[in-house]
This record gives sequence, C-alpha cells and structure tokens, in this order.
Amino acid sequence: MKNMRNEILDILRDDAKASAKEIASMIGESEAAVAAEIKGLEDEKIILKYKTLINREKINSEYAEGLIEVKVEPQRDLGYDRIAQRIYRFDEVTAVYLMSGTYDLSVHVEASTMKQISEFVFEKLAVMEGVRSTATYFIMRKYKEHGVIFADDDKDERLVISP
Amino acid sequence: MNYDKYIAKVVAEIPPSGIRKFFDIASEMEDVISLGVGEPDFTTPWNICENAIYAIETGKTHYTSNHGTTALRQEIAAYLNERNALQYDINQIIVTVGASEALDIAFRAVINPGDEVLVPAPSYVSYMPGVKLAGGVAVPVLTVAANAFKYTADVLKSVITPKTKALIMPFPNNPTGGIMTKEELAGIVDVIIENDLLVISDEIYSELTYDGKHVSIATLPGMKERTIVINGFSKAFAMTGWRLGYVAAPLPLTKAMLKIHQYTILCAPSAAQEAGLEALKTERKNGYKQVREMVQQYDHRRRYLFEAFNALGLRCFEPKGAFYMFPDIRLSGLSSDEFCERLVKEKRVACVPGTAFGEGGEGFMRCSYASSMENLKEAIKRITEFLKENGWL
Repeated sequence: MKNMRNEILDILRDDAKASAKEIASMIGESEAAVAAEIKGLEDEKIILKYKTLINREKINSEYAEGLIEVKVEPQRDLGYDRIAQRIYRFDEVTAVYLMSGTYDLSVHVEASTMKQISEFVFEKLAVMEGVRSTATYFIMRKYKEHGVIFADDDKDERLVISP
Repeated sequence: MNYDKYIAKVVAEIPPSGIRKFFDIASEMEDVISLGVGEPDFTTPWNICENAIYAIETGKTHYTSNHGTTALRQEIAAYLNERNALQYDINQIIVTVGASEALDIAFRAVINPGDEVLVPAPSYVSYMPGVKLAGGVAVPVLTVAANAFKYTADVLKSVITPKTKALIMPFPNNPTGGIMTKEELAGIVDVIIENDLLVISDEIYSELTYDGKHVSIATLPGMKERTIVINGFSKAFAMTGWRLGYVAAPLPLTKAMLKIHQYTILCAPSAAQEAGLEALKTERKNGYKQVREMVQQYDHRRRYLFEAFNALGLRCFEPKGAFYMFPDIRLSGLSSDEFCERLVKEKRVACVPGTAFGEGGEGFMRCSYASSMENLKEAIKRITEFLKENGWL
C-alpha cells in the first residue's frame, strides 16, 4: 500500500532540506535507494525545484505582489497556450494559471513597488494582442502560503510533561 | 489543623505521580525540548473546532442524554465497526469525559472490595490508582523488553488467583509502544476464559498502529461478551483538551457503568460531543484521510527515532503503536530517575523516567515522538552530546 516515491514527496514537500539520509531513516529504506529515487524524481522533472518560503514582511525592502485576472482571446489551434507563454516569459510574472469561471488567466506578479506592477499591467499586459481585459489586485498581507501560516506565534501550548 | 485524619486512607496511600518532579524542573527552564508530552503535537483539525463553535452559537449548550447524543453514538458504533470490526448497538455505548472517565466507571462498576485486577507493568499511570480508588487490589503483570512488552499466557497464569476478577489490556501501550497481534491475543484468550476474567481494553491509541492494523481483543471468539472496550478522540483526532471518550460493553455492564456516569458526570460536554460528531462524520466520509496523514507523520518520526536511539547504544525494541519509544538507558549505570534528571538539567531535553510507569520501568525512559522532526533532531543532537560528555558513547 505504501509507496516510497509518494512518501519521499510527502516529506520533501514539507521540508525540502530533508537529506536522503534522514528520509531513509524516516521511511525505513537505505540511503542509497532514497538518493536514487530522488535523482529519478528530479530527472523526470517531477521535482522541478527546491525553493524557500520567505516572510517578506520581516525584510526592510520594498516589495509588492499582485494578482491579475486576464480575459483573453483564445487562438485557433493554439488555444490559450500561446498567449499564456507570452505572458509567463516576463520576469516579474511568478505564476500563470488557466482558470475556469469568469476570466481566463490568473497572472501573479512580483515587483519592488506597486508602481512597477501597474506599469507592467498597462505597458505590457493590457496592450498585448489577444488580451481583452485585465483586473489587477494588490496583495496587502499574507496570512498563509503553501500551507504555512505566517503569524509568528507557533508556541507549543501543551504541558511540557504529561502522562 | 491536622488534615491527615480527614483524608481518606485509600487516597493517602496513593503515591504522588512520578511525573510531577520532571514537570516542575522542565517548566522552570527555557529552551527545553520536551519528549515528555503524552499528547499529539497536532492541533485539533479546524473543521472539528469550527463545528463546535457553530454548535455553541446555535445554542447546543445544554445537557444531553446521559448516554451521549444519539447522533454521536451512531457515529461511534459505525466507526468501531469500520475500523475495529466491533459491532455494538448504540445502547451499549456511553460517551464519557475522556477515556479516563471510561476507565474509572469501568473499575467502579465491576470491582468489589478486595477484588484483584491485573494491571500491566510498566503502564499508563492511571490504572493502578484507578483500581485502588475503586476498592480493588492492583496486581502488576510484568511485561519485558525482550518480549516487546506483550502479555503471555504464562505470565498471566503466574499472577492469577481465585480473587482475580479482571485484566486490563493496554495496547497499543503507553509508555512502551508495544502492541499485540491477533495471533498473540489468541495465545492469551484461553487463560482469560478458563479463569472467567473480565477484560477492560484501553484502545485509545488504536489508530496509531504501524505496520499493520489494530486488533481489539473483543473481536476474538468468546471475548466480546467479557470485554469492556474503551476508546476516545484524544489521540486519533488530536482532541485531548476536549475530554471526549467512550466505552462500549455488554449491555448489563453498560447499564452498571451508566449508573455511575449519570450520578457523577451526568453527560459529556455538549460542545465536545458536537466536535466529536464532526470528527467521525468527516473522517468516515473522507476515508480517514486526516488520520492516515497523521499516522504517516508519526511513523516517519518513529522510524527516525528508533534508528537514532539504537545508533547511540540506547537500545530499544521497535515500538509498533502509540507515539512512544522506550529506550534502555542502563549503559549509563544510572537509575532512570537520575538519568532523566541529569539529561534535562545538563542538556534541556525532558523525558519521563520509566519508573513513573510503575514496576518494570526501571532502566528505561519514555520518549514521546509527538514532536516535530526539527525538535526530534535537536533532541538527538543534545542526547548525543550528553552521552559523549559522560563517556557513555
């Protein structure tokens, strides 16, 4: 029933820094077997990248993030792929999703200031061929991202010793 | 004023908890990593909390039936059937204030003064006092590491007397992590039936069973009619503070327990009952997804810690249930108490000496892995330093 690949992914999804040795002891496999499996996951591009989740509010630097709802004209034969590609190639774009519902593409943008995001929208995105309309929302505060709650207080409320 | 004369003899005779001292030491210290916690590190899943809040908002703040709400008992009956292959009518189930209350009413419902009750050693701290408070005589049944802290027919035979009335089954076990498989249970059933014993089976850790499924002794032939099954929400659903448990038994025993419960407790808290209802309903609907994910995380920590302790020479048998390791610390030449006291004072890692769990605990310490991997790694680092600095590694 248990699947080594899924177990490794479960562990790495929560802690990308877990070493092959640690994972091996956690799931009762040899270090070599785990390392080989991780290599396989990387080679097959199942694991794409190991990134770090940062609480930007604690850094004293300008930072802005926005979500843009984009309505586009899909193209014959290419559907949404071509326009999505034209959008996601911009450096400031961190994520692009094709959505069901009232708009087509959800575009996530990061920049140093809100002004830069605004400029990106009206200079690059809104004027792009195939883009029908945009609606831009700035993120004011992050409470939770990738399953992690940003609030400082993760104090253990349990009694230190209990039966 | 001398209060001694007012305090009941049976209470005065109960020794103070072996855990208290370590609680006092550890609570005063900063930066302690505690492996001494007997409860999940997960917080109660939010859907459960949210449902309880809604219950309070909509006025479900009154007494419920003594038995517990019908809806909750129906869910409990369905759950016991699905997970542990136990079939009970809802009239055979009482919802209690934690499994602790269930133990207490079970003891008081069956024990006459002088009746002997077989209590595992080492074992959870409440069994011995519970039996004594009910007027019984607690007779320890020694379980050993060499036999993975299981009961055997021979050990039981050696302690059974004509006065023996009941046996406490404590599996999966706190503090040892021991379990008993179906075959191993079958090996002791004959002794139980031949001696006409009643079994009080504390299955609070039943969901936390690794490498296999929990088997309730009540599912063995001839056993359901002589078993009181106790379980609860604390461990499986991370709901310790809600104080919600239950007991299922043959109807005459349920009726006897209900008499005590209705006069001393009346009913389990209504908001907690609503929370428990949500826990079972959602988990049953989702194929026990939350429980499975939680068990996988405990299992990862269990394997990590097991390997780490053995690598350090603190030998332990591989625990197959609950969330405790019970490593052997005799290489230090210290008593469990001294070892744990020095470990917390020198390295700020809090564990509980095996002796807190009664006979058979000397030479061991209980380490809970209901703690994040990060904490476990840091604890192992500190324990390694502790062993090296004292020349034990």
